[in-house]
Amino acid sequence: MNFLDSIWLIPLFPLFGAVVMLLMGRRLDPQPASPVAVASGVGDAPDAHGHGHGERHASAHDAAPGHGHEAHHGAGSRALVSLLCPGMVLLSLIFTIGAVAQLAATSERVHQVIKYTWITGLPFQLQDGSLARFGADLGFLLDPLSAVMTLVVTFVGFLIHVYSIGYMGHETGYYRFFAYMNLFVFFMLTLVLANNYLLLFVGWEGVGLCSYLLIGFYFHKKSAGDAGKKAFVVNRIGDAGFIVGMLLMFSVVGTVRFVDVNQAFGGMSPETGFGVLSAMALLLFIGATGKSAQVPLYTWLPDAMEGPTPVSALIHAATMVTAGVYMVARSNVLYQLTPETSGIVAAIGAFTAILAASIALVQNDIKRVLAYSTVSQLGFMFMAAGVGAYWVAIFHLYTHAFFKALLFLGSGSVIHAMSGEQDIRRMGGLKDKIPITHWTMFVASLAIAGIPGLAGFFSKDEILWQAWSSPLGSKAVWAVGTVTAFMTAFYMWRLMYLTFYGRSRVAPEVAAHVHESPATMTVPLTILAAGSALAGWIGVPKLWTMFGDGFRTFEHWLEPVFASGAAHAAAAAHGEAHHDTSIEWLLMGLSVLIALLGIVLARYLYSVNTAAPDAIQRASGPLYGVLSNKWYVDEIYDFLFINGLSKGGGRVLSRFDNRIVDGGVNGAGWMTRLAATVSGFWDTWVVDGSIRLLAFGVKVASYPMRLLQSGYVQSYAFVIVVGVAVALGYYLTR
Amino acid sequence: MDHILSVVLWTPLAGLLVLLAIPSSNARAIKLWANIASFIGFLVCLPLVFGYDRTLDFQFVEKANWIPSIGASYHLGIDGFGLLLVVLTGLLSFLSILSSWNAITVRLKEYYAHFLLLEFACMGVFMALDFFLFFVFWELVLVPMYFIIAIWGGPRRVYSAIKFVIFTLFGSILMLLGILTLYYQHYRQFQVLTFDINDLIRTSVPPEMQWWIFWALFIGFAVKVPMFPLHTWLPDAHTEAPTAGSVILASVLLKMGTYGLIRFSLPLLPDAAKDPTVVSVVAALSIIAIVYGALVCLMQKDWKKLVAYSSVSHMGFCTLGIIAMNPAGLSGSILQQINHGISTGMLFLIVGVVYERRHTRMIAEYSGLLRAMPVLTIVFLITAMSSMGLPPLNGFIGEITILRGAYEVSLGWAFACVAGIALGAAYLIWLFQRTMLGEITEKNAGLRDLSFREIAYFAPLLVWAFWIGLYPKPFFDILERPVAQIVERVQPGYYAERNLPNPLGTPSPAARLTGGSGSQ
Repeated sequence: MNFLDSIWLIPLFPLFGAVVMLLMGRRLDPQPASPVAVASGVGDAPDAHGHGHGERHASAHDAAPGHGHEAHHGAGSRALVSLLCPGMVLLSLIFTIGAVAQLAATSERVHQVIKYTWITGLPFQLQDGSLARFGADLGFLLDPLSAVMTLVVTFVGFLIHVYSIGYMGHETGYYRFFAYMNLFVFFMLTLVLANNYLLLFVGWEGVGLCSYLLIGFYFHKKSAGDAGKKAFVVNRIGDAGFIVGMLLMFSVVGTVRFVDVNQAFGGMSPETGFGVLSAMALLLFIGATGKSAQVPLYTWLPDAMEGPTPVSALIHAATMVTAGVYMVARSNVLYQLTPETSGIVAAIGAFTAILAASIALVQNDIKRVLAYSTVSQLGFMFMAAGVGAYWVAIFHLYTHAFFKALLFLGSGSVIHAMSGEQDIRRMGGLKDKIPITHWTMFVASLAIAGIPGLAGFFSKDEILWQAWSSPLGSKAVWAVGTVTAFMTAFYMWRLMYLTFYGRSRVAPEVAAHVHESPATMTVPLTILAAGSALAGWIGVPKLWTMFGDGFRTFEHWLEPVFASGAAHAAAAAHGEAHHDTSIEWLLMGLSVLIALLGIVLARYLYSVNTAAPDAIQRASGPLYGVLSNKWYVDEIYDFLFINGLSKGGGRVLSRFDNRIVDGGVNGAGWMTRLAATVSGFWDTWVVDGSIRLLAFGVKVASYPMRLLQSGYVQSYAFVIVVGVAVALGYYLTR
Repeated sequence: MDHILSVVLWTPLAGLLVLLAIPSSNARAIKLWANIASFIGFLVCLPLVFGYDRTLDFQFVEKANWIPSIGASYHLGIDGFGLLLVVLTGLLSFLSILSSWNAITVRLKEYYAHFLLLEFACMGVFMALDFFLFFVFWELVLVPMYFIIAIWGGPRRVYSAIKFVIFTLFGSILMLLGILTLYYQHYRQFQVLTFDINDLIRTSVPPEMQWWIFWALFIGFAVKVPMFPLHTWLPDAHTEAPTAGSVILASVLLKMGTYGLIRFSLPLLPDAAKDPTVVSVVAALSIIAIVYGALVCLMQKDWKKLVAYSSVSHMGFCTLGIIAMNPAGLSGSILQQINHGISTGMLFLIVGVVYERRHTRMIAEYSGLLRAMPVLTIVFLITAMSSMGLPPLNGFIGEITILRGAYEVSLGWAFACVAGIALGAAYLIWLFQRTMLGEITEKNAGLRDLSFREIAYFAPLLVWAFWIGLYPKPFFDILERPVAQIVERVQPGYYAERNLPNPLGTPSPAARLTGGSGSQ
């Protein structure tokens, strides 16, 4: 079978699943009659962000975990849903593996499948006088970069689908959840497999839509609806930049097909100063800041945790939010032409990384800690992309997909065990009660902290090294990155110690129900844990010369895509020759040391001397408040943009419309009526009055005559007789 | 085939005559016949689609003397632009009549008669190639629309109906003045009395006079579009009209304004249209409409009024595309007009569906409809996505093409457009959230989901929305030539200057006059 030519099928499998679910899901998965039953668990959840999984779940728990739903629904009524939707993603995964294997065998490692011309636009002329068409194909591109992305999406996506069978088992709207999830995978695969920016944008918007739907999955909760709306609207702001960026690209190179765009840019020389290329790169990056939650458009992501936990894992950690990184990497030729924009990308990345990490230090909601951690890690990826180390950005994207998906799924398992509790202050000592969850999360936390040998170490260390050594990098970026790495290790292990170790602070009524999750949940956790441990070994540092070239497959695999970046690297390598490897060893040692320090500090504060955190909190004064209130960014945005610009502007303009614009219209109407009244008066009393006066005069004048008009024949006869008599008399007597 | 346009035009009127013969007491027969007649009215449009030859200009041309003494003729013909609008009119007329089945309970016969008359008049507007004939149809549209609002409308129906008529008449009078000036200018030059557009277009009008004629026509058309600040009739008329009336008003009647601008203002008065003042005023008004309409939407408490204001915003895109006066802007604008017909038509139909069940239009009254009406929710979601220009639906194709055209003229225009795009998402998603999501209230809990008939009138529009979104090529193909005619007329040598292939083949600005009509 030729998988390479069938890559267009990869997105279609989940689309099929989604369509079947949306059309027939209600029949496969009958809903309970009472709508009120679903809503009850939420309001009384202890935490405002309690995720709706809560109490109805607890009630189902006397039954064996994972089978609880069968008490509510006919046995096996959901089996088809559980089989079809993950199955579709599995099919995509199989086709992807097949296609990637065949791609690896080809020499040029780029395969395009163009189905048809989607938008045939109008021709127009480029600056150099050549002719171009505003248009785009419905075409798919498999190259090393999209291969990595597709593998991540389908592999992690499949595991999360399987996990969801267990996790969502007790929920109403089970089919709806899977329909959205499959639809999401469809759009995500469209995004990563598209062969041009416009089709990428289709996926880009589509995943935004699915994210909206899934964040608002518990739609009866206002907070969930609000969070979804926020995500959608903030993303649209980024998209506005993206759209203009694409238009600019059209007008400069006359195409949006990646292969042609990169070829066109490949022939250009780097831009000095801020010109059209920089504008284009910056506009595209604005799109990326929306989708990948970077400053200033990051505020939607933490709120997006209102969605079910598998959604947070798949969309808001492993795949969708990395789309911005993918897009920047995809546009690497452009970014290399515009060093200033690359600098902005690195700076925004670094700033976001440290800002989000600082907020994560004091959050108490387990998912929020992870959400800010995701924002921070995405910042790392942009840091790498900004300093020109695109393969490292993608490498970190890839390792992050494993450990962050695992952390979210693990937190979901914790929440599952805790009957909906999300506040880590009310956990503790869970280590032995949910051992699989604990051990898998343990691995992931070591990985994200950057302990050597685990996936996160390789990618994070490489980012820091590139930030230090790349010609585009700077010591400042490296320093910010290193401090952030320290914070990361600390907040992750703060979370671990508060959740799993120490004294149990679990509420007694919850404690009775604590249990390990079903196999559908723990198996994906275990697989992801293996991934978090081992995935990094295909990108070991160059320094580790004892490992052969096979251990650096990742970089080599992506080389064709970042070919011109490789030229950079060669230049950098040239520079590298001047300093000896001791600096690199030193920095590596420092980053490991810092990770250990973070973990040890967390252990001291949250396990050994548990009174210390409160003391620190008191001593730090207002700083703690600022951090736990997330630097008040949400409040500032609300004030400026939501209430100020949008609602305020809307209110003012709405009044303007009613009072001034329409007021003018109604005023004109009123004036017309006034004129009409005056005219009517004039007409009745003056114009018509004179006529009537005349008539009256005639009437008065005719009054004497009217007296004769009596209508009596006798009187007429009498007058005639008298007249005749008078006439006769006159003639006779003359 | 020779008289196919006449058949399309007169079918609704024939249906109306039969309708009059049905006794008023037989409600079912009236409804049934009105649906059949309008469905036939749609079916007869289809030969136009299949018989359309995109290498020609005006086709299916029919010409006959009508009032020879003043030079008015019965001259019909359509190009790609006319074709799309005629099909849109045919489809939307049928769907809105179908949607009225249960909504209208009084004076059924008059109601459906007015609708068929309205269809007839709208068809005429989009087919007439004689300015006098055009004006007659233009004014004829007002009559049934007035009655539809004033008899079957909401509580403030009389105010709204009168406002609608007065506003349009005010514009029409200025338009008539413009037409007559052109008419006499032509007479002065050729000593021939004619309203035929093919003849009028050859008139050479001094720039000063062009300027005045342009504004006269512009105000006439701008009221219909409606453009800021002449738009305030629209929220009232839309809000008070019965559902089907709003649908036709938004989907078809508003297009008359943009149709007039493209069909008459630009080709007849190219110098005025190119005037920098004209361009900047029209562009500014369009951009104001885009942003302003969207912001005002955010404040509406009335569902229908929100949709009405969204029309102001969307039509701003269309007029901006027109005034860009380049191929991308014009074809994007035309496509967006169709898109607006589809998506706003559906938005009004959705309001109609819930209004029929709850008899209120207040957004605050609705909540959690997803629970009771999941199918409607999906329809609404797709409609909202289409309306806010989310790929792969139709709105995106239209918006991006307009943006491309606007960008060619000015980066500032493009930025204003994308601001509108971001705000469009805000008000639609907010509306969706307030009505469909959230906790379901008691009053909404028992609502019935879409019936088969209701699904039937959403389905063709949904299919069309996806079609344009996924495969817009056929639409761009049929628009290529009409658009090129206008571009060449307004900016002669546009294609040659830019070394672009001219869809017309030979760059002759007067080519559109002769094409197919044979009236030379």
